[in-house]
Amino acid sequence: MNWFSRPASETQVTHGQRLWLYIFAGVTMTLLVVPTLIVIPMSFSDSQYLEFPPEEWSLRWYHNYFGSPEWMGATATSFKAAILTTIVATPIGVLAAYGLHASKIPFIRATFVLLITPMMVPVVLIAIGAFYAYVKLQILYTMTGLVLAHSLLAIPLVVIVIGSALKSYDMNQENAARSLGAPRWKAFMTITLPQIRFAVVTSALLAFLTSFDEVIVAMFISGGENSTLTRNMFNALRDQIDPTIAAISTIMVLVTTGLMIVAQVFGTDKSQK
Amino acid sequence: MSAASTLNSDGLARDERLERLKLFGLASPAILLVMVILVIPVGWLFYVSFLGADGSFSLENYERMIERKSYARIFYTTFEVSILTTILCILIGYPLAYFMSQLPNKWANICLITVLLPFWTSLLVRTYAWLVLLQKSGLVNEWGMSLGLWEEPLRLVHNMSGTLIGMVHIMLPFLILPVYSAMRQIDRDYLKAAANLGASPRRAFWTVFFPLSTPGLFAGALMVFVLCLGFFVTPAVLGGGKVIMVSMKIVSNIELFVNWGAASALGVVLLTLTVGILWIASRFLNLDTVSKGGH
Amino acid sequence: MSDTGQGALPIAVRNVTKTYGDVFALNDVSLDVKSGEFLTLLGPSGSGKTTLLMVLAGFTRPDSGSLKFGEDEMIRTAPHLRDVGMVFQNYALFPHMSVAANVGYPLKLRKTPKDEMDRRVEAALETVQLGGYGERGITQLSGGQKQRVALARSIVFAPRILLMDEPLSALDKKLRDRMQIELRHLHEKLGMTTVYVTHDQREALTMSDRIAVVNHGRIMQLATPQELYEQPANRFVADFIGDSTFLDVTRSGSALGAAGTNLKTTRHVPDGEGLSLMMRPERLHLITGKPAKDENVFEARVTELVYQGESYLLYAHLKDGTEVAVRGAMRAGTFDALPKQGDTVQLGLGVDDTVLLAGEEA
Repeated sequence: MNWFSRPASETQVTHGQRLWLYIFAGVTMTLLVVPTLIVIPMSFSDSQYLEFPPEEWSLRWYHNYFGSPEWMGATATSFKAAILTTIVATPIGVLAAYGLHASKIPFIRATFVLLITPMMVPVVLIAIGAFYAYVKLQILYTMTGLVLAHSLLAIPLVVIVIGSALKSYDMNQENAARSLGAPRWKAFMTITLPQIRFAVVTSALLAFLTSFDEVIVAMFISGGENSTLTRNMFNALRDQIDPTIAAISTIMVLVTTGLMIVAQVFGTDKSQK
Repeated sequence: MSAASTLNSDGLARDERLERLKLFGLASPAILLVMVILVIPVGWLFYVSFLGADGSFSLENYERMIERKSYARIFYTTFEVSILTTILCILIGYPLAYFMSQLPNKWANICLITVLLPFWTSLLVRTYAWLVLLQKSGLVNEWGMSLGLWEEPLRLVHNMSGTLIGMVHIMLPFLILPVYSAMRQIDRDYLKAAANLGASPRRAFWTVFFPLSTPGLFAGALMVFVLCLGFFVTPAVLGGGKVIMVSMKIVSNIELFVNWGAASALGVVLLTLTVGILWIASRFLNLDTVSKGGH
Repeated sequence: MSDTGQGALPIAVRNVTKTYGDVFALNDVSLDVKSGEFLTLLGPSGSGKTTLLMVLAGFTRPDSGSLKFGEDEMIRTAPHLRDVGMVFQNYALFPHMSVAANVGYPLKLRKTPKDEMDRRVEAALETVQLGGYGERGITQLSGGQKQRVALARSIVFAPRILLMDEPLSALDKKLRDRMQIELRHLHEKLGMTTVYVTHDQREALTMSDRIAVVNHGRIMQLATPQELYEQPANRFVADFIGDSTFLDVTRSGSALGAAGTNLKTTRHVPDGEGLSLMMRPERLHLITGKPAKDENVFEARVTELVYQGESYLLYAHLKDGTEVAVRGAMRAGTFDALPKQGDTVQLGLGVDDTVLLAGEEA
């Protein structure tokens, strides 16, 4: 019996009959991945027109990027904002998720919905709202303002990831620790936190990426020396296709992929598999 | 109640309140942040949307939306893009999710990476990649012509088709992930039972498998549709000014015309639409699956 | 273990009430646990027995009431300051720590010096027969071993009160039977005041000094296992502990009757109307030949005979239509000699086993 006539499903459909599905899936998966990755070889092209495969290889666009004080400043801003957002949003979100999980008050559900609204409200609205608020608070175009707004966007993700981790965590362990003599905060720090550490790592990475990739809010409330990389990229894209952006994109893809690997290594529980 | 049965009740009630307050207090920094940067400013936008050019109460911002044809076009475009993107995502994403759900775990996880990689990659990078690929001298045109599929370079970008290609690519993971997880939860014995009871494979799929996967499909489609309604970056870059969606109009109202009233009114309508759709949908399906669908 | 020298503490629960909305989880409960006693809270699920245990541990805050460990009022004391050992239903071991770290956790919190800690952890592990298991991971342990580690962890800091919430429910039957005896021995050795929660009546009867039967948030009866079985306070207790059938008892003057038989009893006859007679299957017996003087005799017709290995179970209808069960020990040949379906038989119930219950508590 060859592979084509072997059954592929519970209902005995053969691989041969499913060939169309395999081809379709292969093409779709290729189309999902390739556009992101093809920018990488293109960024090493010497030509203004981003050829693939490049006729002349060069680091021209990387020189352009690394040699530009504006791009370098924006990159520094983006990293700074993303790191600070991670530092701010992760603990705030973890505390909120724990508070909502552990307390028994009636409007928990409403509070949860309130905390995930930043995910549901169109970002444009958040951007102009924050712009207005920042004018009043006089923190427009500051790092503080940027980090607070990005933390706002990251908190729903942290709350959801930590919340679902707590749901599958046995709170009796914390009770056990308390009965053995640990105050509640200590029980949380020594027993609960180590066990939801994978979720904490994941949510921290999500917070980082939320800030690092964010465009629209940054467009409104970051500026001057505190312009983010994405803000400058977006503005450059509106004007023309600057090949420097291919170089920046490559670096961003590498950052993301790196973080994904970090998430795979530190963000999943291998002992459970 | 006798006196004995209220023993320590005041103190215990006080302890209980204190504990609740402490636990709830843990959420207060997050609540404060959401209130100060989101709820209060959006509330203010709501207020501003009812102010006329002279600063008095007026409905002119909303009247303008009804009167001017350009606004009708914007709403039409927004819905057109959102609906088409959602349909395309379902047509492409559902079979792919099905394919992955049929694989052994190890292979499914590898295929899942092809969905997660773009999901984690910056939206701007992906939009830029499509801009490069689809432009007049881009790779798609170059290869299409060299293969003899078409003679002249096609206009693939700076129009509706470019916008849709980019949007579908960006939204696909949001559909695939919840659908895939719903499919994974389906007990395969149902299909064996259906076959055992005499259903053909096709019938078993449509009467057993598909209905059981619909919660994931609804959640994913809803997520995609709602995200599309408020989308900005991709249509702004790939639409080349020809595809104007509500969020883009809001931005231009502020950046170009500094017209907060008009921008706010549009924002209020967009928010109402989004919340309304989510609210209606939540009456038919558990919102938890939607929020889980995000990640 | 040598460290449990301070002696045990008595527990005094007074008027504890806990409501969830309109539902009373605990309804004005008072209970005394003697120093060093093994007391079991026994009841069906939702009866309030776990809630009461959680009140003792401090994880459930009642609406009102008082709780004293020895002389000290504890009702408003935080769980971590109560100094009680607790074993949880699913063990609640910390999976990210080794066995030794689990057992050492309470000592570490009490800032015990390292060498003393190691010594006490090892001693506690030896007490539960797990000496040398300290370096193992929690996930490497079997269910019974986890159970023992949980126990070691709850006694290592020499608490004077030990609470256990259905600790054996996750184990298979054989292991459970063995652990019951072990726990009993351990209690004798350590002498801690122990409150044990279970829904398994056999477990309660096997292990306890006294049992409190809990239902609807109240204590229905507090007695020794033997009292509880022999003289249940009401029908709920009689029904919950052991199998029994109840017959309505008629009273005219001092004469008592049930199912057409005049009852003789050496036991206490409660006052009031609505008496019922408790018939336990193993106390009833088939009369062959002449009935003895000191027993009540009931006519019945056999409806079914069941072979159960170590015993037989015979179902029969009394004259008034009530179905009763009779259990008898079995030897080779016993079963074949038994009456068959449809036969009329005489059932005997000794006057010492003729227990009458007041009827008001349904």
